[in-house]
Amino acid sequence: MTIVLGVCATALAQGPTYRFGTAPSQDEIKARDTAISPAGRELPPGRGGVKEGATVYAQKCLACHGPDGTGTKLHRGLIPLGNSKPVKIPGSLVPYATTVWDFINRAMPSTKPGSLTPDEVYAVTAYVLFLNDVIEESTVLDAKTLPEVKMPNRDNFLAVEIDWKPGQRRPLGNYP
Amino acid sequence: MGSHHSDRRQFLTESAALASLAAVGAVQSVSAQTPQADARLKDPLAYGQPSRFDNTVRKSLGNATPINDTALTTPLQDLDGIITPSGLHFLMDHINGIPEIDPKEHRLLVHGMVDRPLTFTMDEIKRFPSVSKVYFLECNANSRPLRGPNGDSVQLVHGRTSCSEWTGVLLSVLLKECGVQRDAQWIIAEGNEANKYTMSIPLVKSMDDILVAYAQNGEPVRPQNGYPLRLVVPGWEAIRSVKWLSRIAVVDTPAMSWHEAGNNADTRPDGKALGFRFELGPKSIITRPSGGQRLPGRGFYEITGLAWTGAGLVTKVEVSVDGGKTYKDAQLQEPVHRFAHTRFRFAWEWNGDEVVLQSRCTDEKGEVQPTIAEAAKILGVTPDYFLQADHFNGIQPWRINRDGSIQNALF
Ligand code: HEC
Repeated sequence: MTIVLGVCATALAQGPTYRFGTAPSQDEIKARDTAISPAGRELPPGRGGVKEGATVYAQKCLACHGPDGTGTKLHRGLIPLGNSKPVKIPGSLVPYATTVWDFINRAMPSTKPGSLTPDEVYAVTAYVLFLNDVIEESTVLDAKTLPEVKMPNRDNFLAVEIDWKPGQRRPLGNYP
Repeated sequence: MGSHHSDRRQFLTESAALASLAAVGAVQSVSAQTPQADARLKDPLAYGQPSRFDNTVRKSLGNATPINDTALTTPLQDLDGIITPSGLHFLMDHINGIPEIDPKEHRLLVHGMVDRPLTFTMDEIKRFPSVSKVYFLECNANSRPLRGPNGDSVQLVHGRTSCSEWTGVLLSVLLKECGVQRDAQWIIAEGNEANKYTMSIPLVKSMDDILVAYAQNGEPVRPQNGYPLRLVVPGWEAIRSVKWLSRIAVVDTPAMSWHEAGNNADTRPDGKALGFRFELGPKSIITRPSGGQRLPGRGFYEITGLAWTGAGLVTKVEVSVDGGKTYKDAQLQEPVHRFAHTRFRFAWEWNGDEVVLQSRCTDEKGEVQPTIAEAAKILGVTPDYFLQADHFNGIQPWRINRDGSIQNALF
């Protein structure tokens, strides 16, 4: 078997060598692939606004994240999103609103991850984004409007060095 | 459990486990993954345990949070050589309870931009050609300078790095089996714990040296370290070495999942943030003598510690016994493995005066571990920036006082 390191183009000629494994059905893949990418193509139908979100929050999130998302002793607050870092970027840190949706959908509430309906996730995401001054109180989120939300720090992230190859020196600024 | 219940470590481990279970209510048992009826803890005679006089254990940072019951640091100051015993491997998970996964039920799904999506059973994964490598894993948030009370112990400040011999199949072998398509650029790896933790990794690294590991230090990977299957991404921040690995999607853009899309970003004075950080810088620390310990009197001591780098090979470690004014080469334990902890040793005679000991690592790319002042200069920040920053690889000075007590001398 020849191993060509780090060159994607060689992938084209990859044939099965060992023939282990089973082909999954499309349904199986669909059931297991719940990730939402920044473009939001995979978002399910459903909708929710800030007001419904406040209700979901009071029932399922407040106990840990505190009133208005300001946090309790045991839990981080939701304002601003992300860790507090030496130099804080004010407001919400994550570059895509789909990330907030995806994280709440897969990981929250942390005692029962995956238990929220799509409507509840849209609604409580709207509430969290409203708390972070990202959207207006009247905004309703769905598969179309969520990816259109522009997060305040979208343009403040330095580009991913996609050309970077293992073994190359780290780009300056990626150091230490 | 077996009858030999007096073992202190066993007791500690169990009570810690029970405490964490109590904290989350119950073990998160992923559906269709109930362990078999004969699944049970090992008898301490059938599976040997350390002496009850040996109290070498992981430690928590002390502040309780729901995810902190799994945030434990490796006791680097008590370990020798380069291998971290599996039960002492550091833990830092964004999860709520360690999943209990029955390997017979476990499936790895590889799909997305591939010609042939495939699911693999554990038995199938073990039929592929296997590779064993000694690799370190280091948390990107390791070495926050003053972590723990006064930042005075190497365990609490630097103990989020560990080194194991990992065995598994190269990820590139699995990807080629599926046939990666031309426009693919990334993979997204997902774990099978309740939160379905996800991370994106560039395809170039995935086709290079990443391991899909099922064994750690010769035995199956421990549940807390990802049983039955995990990624091991050599030289990169350990947040990408996804545990309980169950899904790999081959894609053209990164997922921008929570823990990579901002939550772990390092922000800069210019208002910019680095969302993706991969390779770790050259680092070394003296583990003995180190903060919190006490020298019993003047005379001979062996200064020893660990060095590692995301570049691959540690080529040189120097030790200074005068606070960095002069350095001399330390002896490296052979063989030196790429992407592994490297043990260094340095003979030293203490004359009883106050001294500052520190070490400096150089790697195969010629990169040299900076002092905190040098690191601050590179970023254009003041040194206190690193109190909260990730990826800090600055030199760690320890001050030996005349009474033999040892303190962190970084600030
Ligand atoms: C049992 C306590 C608990 C409940 C209930 C809970 N959370 Fe969380 N939440 C956490 C913890 C712990 C974290 C940190 C998780 C991590 O680091 O991965 C977190 C993190 C978050 C974050 C990321 C914030 C950050 O700074 O890391 C968001 C957003 C969030 N939760 C939203 C919600 C929403 C919305 C709900 C209700 C549907 C909810 N949470 C319910 C405990 C909880």
